[in-house]
Amino acid sequence: MPQTLDYLKESPSQTAGPYVHIGLAPGAAGFSIFERELGQDIAGPNAEGERIRVEGVVTDGTGAPVKDVLLEVWQADDEGRHPHPRDPRHAEVAEGFRGWGRIIPDFETGLWSFDTVKPGPVMGRHGRLMAPHITFWLVARGINIGLNTRLYFGDEEAANAADPVLGLIEQVHRRRTLIATREDREGRAVYRFDIRLQGEGETVFLDI
Amino acid sequence: MKPFEYIPRDRGVHPPAYTPGYKTSVARSPRLPLLSLQNSLSEITGPTFGQGDLGPLDNDLIRNYAKTGDPVGERIVVHGRVLDENGRGVPHTLVEVWQANAGGRYRHVKDTYFAPIDPNFGGCGRVLTDEQGFYHFRTIKPGAYPWRNGVNDWRPAHIHVSVFGQAFVQRLITQMYFEGDPLIPRCPIAATIPDPKALERLIAPLDLNAAIPLDCLAYKFDIVLRGTRSTLFENRLEGN
Ligand SMILES: [Fe+3]
Repeated sequence: MPQTLDYLKESPSQTAGPYVHIGLAPGAAGFSIFERELGQDIAGPNAEGERIRVEGVVTDGTGAPVKDVLLEVWQADDEGRHPHPRDPRHAEVAEGFRGWGRIIPDFETGLWSFDTVKPGPVMGRHGRLMAPHITFWLVARGINIGLNTRLYFGDEEAANAADPVLGLIEQVHRRRTLIATREDREGRAVYRFDIRLQGEGETVFLDI
Repeated sequence: MKPFEYIPRDRGVHPPAYTPGYKTSVARSPRLPLLSLQNSLSEITGPTFGQGDLGPLDNDLIRNYAKTGDPVGERIVVHGRVLDENGRGVPHTLVEVWQANAGGRYRHVKDTYFAPIDPNFGGCGRVLTDEQGFYHFRTIKPGAYPWRNGVNDWRPAHIHVSVFGQAFVQRLITQMYFEGDPLIPRCPIAATIPDPKALERLIAPLDLNAAIPLDCLAYKFDIVLRGTRSTLFENRLEGN
């Protein structure tokens, strides 16, 4: 017998279930318990860059909206910097920029939205710049392990065309599933980003 | 700067997306393969939390919603450690928990089970791990509850657990079960985990040594998140 590698195994995932809001967003579950609910303000008041709104609906394989989904997003600031010690430029991030948010849809319609600043391009592997993007993570009843994907911006055509991650998607038409379309509504940019869990137009999900 | 890159996720320890025994997964499971991505700065970073985000009673579910007295049920302490696959404690990471009350009822607008709501029990809490990755919270043991899947399916007593780690790739939600519960092997959600050995790692043993005599029983629950690879000779991934 050779020596054994003493790595541990990751704990297995289990579905977040229908009552995920109790733990992660009690306000949405219908009660108030914590002084501060987390993930309500992604960019904070001081961050520079364009203030935008992102909205969408998550649909299942039958086309029905997933009304009990919980989304989390993670993004860089307008200069592509993350508020995290592993980002060499983290010290330059504006005070109050968390880069992270938790989003709950309307329980009747499934429509969700959040406000943030549009991120800048982020340095990728081998010194190749990645187009501006927001990382998404979805959990819900019936989802056994959190699903990762990325939102890219429809008005960043040149950057998207050069993006090393979008470029990995072999079926070129599926790249569209990661690109949010821009609309100007009352003087503000609103990006629409629908996520399809299964079937026609299934979103590209990532194993990160 | 030391290079950081995470050990690729071993999908074999996790439930697949499509698990027909758990009916809701059928229409909510992607059918096309996931796109494998090597880590970039977007994945090896993630949100950070501090004590300023939390309140003093956040990890005490017996007290954090109490209005007229203590909640009904068996008083327990849950303690353990958040580790990574290299066996290192994960410091200062946020652990969030939620659960049903002793009767198996959730405080949620969508829960209509006829077990009563406990006026003194909210059912959620959160805590940051310490320097070595240790955490603990105090609560009451949740009850089993029925759910619509098969006609007579029951969830074993469980506590839902959400953990962040230090990078967005470590994000994990799982459930803690209790040693000796006969409903575990009958649960379609527990059964989504293909490897029985992996499921065992979600079952918390009774830990009498950590019990508080005449007050609380204790259960120990360690959580393992993905670890970083030892990239001894590689270039830094953010480019050079
Ligand atoms: Fe539950």
